[in-house]
Amino acid sequence: MKKRWVTGYFFIMPGFIGILIFIILPYIDVVRRAFMQAATGNFIGMANFMEVFQNKAFALAMGNTVHFVAVCIPILLSLSLGIAVLLTKNSQVSKIIKTGVLVPMAIPVASVVLLWQFLFSGNGFLNGFLHIFGVNGPNWMNTSYSFWILVFSYVWKNLGYTVILWLAGISMIPGDIYEAARVDGAGEWQCFWKMTIPNLKGTFFTVTVISLLNSFKVFREAYLVAGDYPHGSIYLLQHLFNNWFRNLELDKMAAGAVSLSVVLLVLILGLWGRRKE
Amino acid sequence: MKKIVWKCALFLIGFICCYPIVFVCVGSFMGKGELLESLAPALSAASGYADWSILPREPTLRSWVEVLLDTPGFFVTFWNSIKIVVGVLIGQLLVAVPGAWGFAKYKFPFHRVLFLLYIILMMMPFQVLMLSEYLVLNKINLLNTLWALILPGIFSTFPVFILYNSFRGIPNEILEAGRIDGASEWQLFLEIGLPLGKSGIFSVIVLSFLEYWNLVEQPMTFLKDKVRWPMSIFLPSIEPENAGIAFAASVISLIPALLVFLGGQEYLEKGISYMGMKE
Repeated sequence: MKKRWVTGYFFIMPGFIGILIFIILPYIDVVRRAFMQAATGNFIGMANFMEVFQNKAFALAMGNTVHFVAVCIPILLSLSLGIAVLLTKNSQVSKIIKTGVLVPMAIPVASVVLLWQFLFSGNGFLNGFLHIFGVNGPNWMNTSYSFWILVFSYVWKNLGYTVILWLAGISMIPGDIYEAARVDGAGEWQCFWKMTIPNLKGTFFTVTVISLLNSFKVFREAYLVAGDYPHGSIYLLQHLFNNWFRNLELDKMAAGAVSLSVVLLVLILGLWGRRKE
Repeated sequence: MKKIVWKCALFLIGFICCYPIVFVCVGSFMGKGELLESLAPALSAASGYADWSILPREPTLRSWVEVLLDTPGFFVTFWNSIKIVVGVLIGQLLVAVPGAWGFAKYKFPFHRVLFLLYIILMMMPFQVLMLSEYLVLNKINLLNTLWALILPGIFSTFPVFILYNSFRGIPNEILEAGRIDGASEWQLFLEIGLPLGKSGIFSVIVLSFLEYWNLVEQPMTFLKDKVRWPMSIFLPSIEPENAGIAFAASVISLIPALLVFLGGQEYLEKGISYMGMKE
């Protein structure tokens, strides 16, 4: 009986050893490298960090990433919450619509890329359509509109995930508070703003964190459509890391990875901790 | 009346979400001539504009035949994708299921700290872990092999989190009753934990399948030889002249993912909801 905690360790051990070998120990090595010169192995203090922070490509990639997150997350969260609320009111169609919005999770990026090229390239479908009205459209992926194409891809891919999270949150709200409110004469909108929204605060933080992390995955679409050097407005951190990696600038990569992980750590702990509210 | 408008809006969103499937399916049955005609302007410098008919004018299986019979490289990438997904799934089940059971049902020193560490790791994107993974894989000589994708996948902490939340739903009284009847801790795990935690396990299978079937960043970084590439990065490398192949290959890569999705939708939804549970 007393030894039961040892059993707990026994169960987690295989996974923990793997995590130690594949993530934690090498990450410690990365932190060490962030303070060293790659070629000589000499300790150079914050020099790598200074170089990264002054790097124009880093500023561009960071700026784009922040811009992207700031635009996407409000769109994704509000659209998915709207759909989730509508689904609770239209339960007959709920199953088929849920399937519809979840399907993008299963669609390989490559198929989407074919569609994107067809729609948005210089002589693509969209421009053919605009041509009817006498407008000559550009190759959209080479303009700052590519940012919005990426925003659309992200919302498309993550909509289902987020709708399900909201639905799970909504199902936790006790139904009798609505009945009480309706007896007191509250309308649909009032119920939504005064009951649903305040009760979803915990879910809101979960959804935000998960959406934030999934936003790092849009690199897939960006890369597959536009390659290593896309239009400046969709140059993301992963592009920069790939370039550093190709040029074996491991010290910059180390400093970049450490900085990014610190920023994310603060964000995650801040948001995740507030879920219990 | 208002309800009908809302319903239409919902169906429209659903349709937009599914449209890429229709697009690649229609494309895969088009003849070479029709594909060239409708796509060439979009994919190369030909003049005119891309156009698309709702259904192929003269449906043909040519692209399918070409992919299945005349593109040996395609099979190699298909099997690479299968090997990666199956390898990761087996590994995750062997490692994450007991791990999550340990966290959910036992108290031990540093329990909270360790679990918080798992949550933090679960949230770190590939950009943060890329160099770390590269350093280890380089050291143990696994770069440019499928193990470079499988091993880090196995030790992802994401499935541990999902399974933890599903195991927590099992009442501790059942375990206590089992202990009084003389069951060993290992028996409790196998005979109570696994059967009752089934939905969490299926959730992990579905979510991980979809994730590892679509890997892009990892194979790009860790696999040099094209023969080791999975379909997810092989498909976009197909030249525009072979659009027919690209379409048929896209449909083929879509089919397993779609089957897992349709067969496991219930567990997919459960798995996502587990993400939202408060620990």
